[in-house]
Amino acid sequence: MPPADTTADDDTTPHGPTADGSAAPGAPALPEALDAAAARTARDGRSVLHRLEALLPRVSKPVQYVGGELNATTKEWDCAGPATVRWALMYPDAYEVGVPNQGVMILYEVLNERVDALAERTYAVWPDLEALMREHGVPQFTVDGHRPVGDFDLLGVSFATELGYTNLLTALDLAGVPLRSAERTEEHPLVVAGGHAAFNPEPVADFLDAVVLGDGEQAVLAVTDLVRAFKEEGSPGGREELLLRLARSGVVYVPRFYDVAYGDDGALASVAPNRDGVPWRVVKHTVMDLDAWPYPKQPLVPLAESVHERMSVEIFRGCTRGCRFCQAGMITRPVRERSAEGIGAMVQKGLEATGFEEVGLLSLSSADHSEIAEVTKGLADRYEGTETGLSLPSTRVDAFNIELANELSRNGRRSGLTFAPEGGSERLRRVINKMVSEEDLIATVATAFANGWRQVKLYFMCGLPTETDEDVLQIAEMAKRVIATGRQVSGRSDIRCTVSIGGFVPKPHTPFQWAPQLSHEETDARLAKLRDAIRSDRRYGRAIGFRYHDGKPGVVEGLLSRGDRRLADVVEAVWRDGGRFDGWSEHFSYERWERVAQRVLAAHGLDVDWYTTRERDLDEVLPWDHLDSGLDKDWLWEDWQEALSGVEVDDCRWTPCFDCGVCPTTDTSIQVGPSGRPMLPLSVVRASGVLEGAGTSAGGTP
Amino acid sequence: MASRTPEGPPPPPAVQRLRLRYARRERLRFSSHRDFQRALERALRRAEVPMAYSAGFSPHPKVSYAGAAPTGSASEAEYVEIAVTARCDPERLRAALDAALPPGLDVLEVVEVPLHGATPLADLLEAGVWEVALLGVGEAEARRAVDALLAAGSAEVERVTTKGRRVLDVRPAVLRLDVVDPAAARSTTGRALAASSAASGEPCAILHLVVRHAAPAVRPDDVLTALRGVSDLAPPEAPRATRLAQGPLLEGAAAVADPLAAERGAVGV
Repeated sequence: MPPADTTADDDTTPHGPTADGSAAPGAPALPEALDAAAARTARDGRSVLHRLEALLPRVSKPVQYVGGELNATTKEWDCAGPATVRWALMYPDAYEVGVPNQGVMILYEVLNERVDALAERTYAVWPDLEALMREHGVPQFTVDGHRPVGDFDLLGVSFATELGYTNLLTALDLAGVPLRSAERTEEHPLVVAGGHAAFNPEPVADFLDAVVLGDGEQAVLAVTDLVRAFKEEGSPGGREELLLRLARSGVVYVPRFYDVAYGDDGALASVAPNRDGVPWRVVKHTVMDLDAWPYPKQPLVPLAESVHERMSVEIFRGCTRGCRFCQAGMITRPVRERSAEGIGAMVQKGLEATGFEEVGLLSLSSADHSEIAEVTKGLADRYEGTETGLSLPSTRVDAFNIELANELSRNGRRSGLTFAPEGGSERLRRVINKMVSEEDLIATVATAFANGWRQVKLYFMCGLPTETDEDVLQIAEMAKRVIATGRQVSGRSDIRCTVSIGGFVPKPHTPFQWAPQLSHEETDARLAKLRDAIRSDRRYGRAIGFRYHDGKPGVVEGLLSRGDRRLADVVEAVWRDGGRFDGWSEHFSYERWERVAQRVLAAHGLDVDWYTTRERDLDEVLPWDHLDSGLDKDWLWEDWQEALSGVEVDDCRWTPCFDCGVCPTTDTSIQVGPSGRPMLPLSVVRASGVLEGAGTSAGGTP
Repeated sequence: MASRTPEGPPPPPAVQRLRLRYARRERLRFSSHRDFQRALERALRRAEVPMAYSAGFSPHPKVSYAGAAPTGSASEAEYVEIAVTARCDPERLRAALDAALPPGLDVLEVVEVPLHGATPLADLLEAGVWEVALLGVGEAEARRAVDALLAAGSAEVERVTTKGRRVLDVRPAVLRLDVVDPAAARSTTGRALAASSAASGEPCAILHLVVRHAAPAVRPDDVLTALRGVSDLAPPEAPRATRLAQGPLLEGAAAVADPLAAERGAVGV
């Protein structure tokens, strides 16, 4: 639904509490303009639930809007008096995607643990509810207290991907908050972004008041301290002063305090602070002792179905494998492990608090934890016979991981294993620094098939730097060898291999940040050749599944991931044209992005290709150069050059430092075990309190 | 290599069956039956109920569900049956499970039934009693619509299902339909709406409805559609329906009996 009837200064924008909190549902509402005006001054966080409830019978999956999750927290609006610091936390995607997000869950909990703060959650509403909210003047609300988002002091938004940008604009507009930071007043929340995509927030910088780089749990507490002190002083100097204090503290990046200039060639000429005391570069946050931050302690358990129906425990943060395409690995360095003891305690408490039947051990490369064998065996022993499943996502290709997988599926079904060679040919894997040989892969899958596994999923990327058709066609050969090996080792014919391919998008703060992105036409043509190569072989074709997406969404992701401030006009124009939920194929429109972007960018003499398929050189000022992930730009460039000549670099956890720059810049160091703190035994299992005679003698009669 | 089969002995057998009545209230009326299933299975784990499981690589806890109220309507009378591997105290189980479920999914009663030979729940739940509150509708207007529907020999309504549009006759399933005095409202929602209507002067009609369970089930929504079809009834607000009871039909009375009555106090002691 295009929001054509809504402008930034539209006073009828839905907002505000009801006329009377005790009024019956359906009592005649005040005229909308009055209602909104009252809300502007009140900002008292009054629930809009009963107005929302009247709309819910008319939308799909209404349960996603009512909250009431197990372990959710709703605090009093004035729990610490008028200086209470109130955060609305948004994951800018559908509830089912947002609710299991670990980052939001952690921030929600650490903020609510403070006596002087409260945090509630809000998610993107689907277009059916958005239309009804506009029609009936219901503002963007939190699912906890159903309070208007515009009433909070801060709106924290976690951007895992660039494809959530348009959803932020919907939420701001429904909340009655002007889209542009420059147009907001004392009456509006500070809009603070974080998450991986926020490492280049420039395309949405005009919509943001502040940006947190890196780990958020300590940073939000520091921001809360500054906001509380400011409120206690009576908010001297208003919004501008608060933002200045935040910027000068170095805790956040405040885009408005940096002037951006462009050269005749269209590229950036400079980015410079325009206020005294505002740092030239803003450095990311790094939490050093994960055992001191055992969050989430009380994971949220939604009633609605979500994309991850399990409890997750982050076993380490950061990765130094050095895959050159991987932004997550680059921006989260150094590696910091949670101890086996800490993991065991989080699993135990989390299961007790949630009743989930599956535990995921999360990290960027879970089998790399120095105590992973003890952890998996310890957990498998501990939960044997309790119908509790364990999963280990993100594992590398080696035989050791099959042993782990066997341990995790001791008495369960062995259906499929997933590996990510990423590149089809040996040469390409050297370019991307994914050090796995085809012989390793075949040996690994042979072990898997011999242990009763029946299906292997292989994940690859298409469009990697220096890639040719030949590199991609190697994927077909690899898949065929996997099937042949599986049939031979297992003696069965029901072996399957699924090849899953994603388009490569160059990302900021990686060695590939200078690389040209492959056009969607070339990506699609290359994938068509691969599909034909797989299908044409009658011996294997039917045993190989082929899953891929067309190259178009990757172009928009690429445009936004390496974009600059000139893209704010594109994002807003796309949103005004009806752009919503760009991460969902049924909502995403490439045609819309292409049409709008070309029109808007033409005014600057630029086009989409300039941002995507153009190779950058060392001298170019990149839009994120003033945002410090700790990585030394010269080191990134060297690594890019080594990629082009196919030279690999090892992992600094077990070889000497190669000076990527992170540890000295962020004053951190690698933290890996073994910790010497093994998992503690569970306390003696007590008889369940529901049994007959419980509490007096031994439990029931078996 | 031969197929793997689960190692070890088969799962322990069920030693006790229990039937639960629970309510779905307030905002959790928007949860679906599938949402409740997930919530219940997690609550059973949190409450450490010694559930009996099916055999195989993907064991499932033994829970039987019966006739869930449609998403969006509240209920004071939903039923499930569970099987356990160690004898449980029904009241302890009720309290523990109620504590493990979110507020709004409330376990009201737990009764033991014979391990074998009990009449299946689905057979006991022959009919349901509903209360429907129509805010903004006057008593006289509601009565005209109800009289017209009761006088009709049939009342076909169209419902959009996942399989497309289907037409069903609502009339045979409607065993009783009354407009009651708002002061006689029995559900929390009905009472709250009746009270605020009395305070504000805005009309609010309360309907009591008894429907026979059949396939496809006739829902309160269908009955309201039928009422609109036979009269000019047009509630300005979304009607609020609450299921008050389910159970065996009482002969000739167009009312239902307590489906747990036969077992209550009859087993286990």
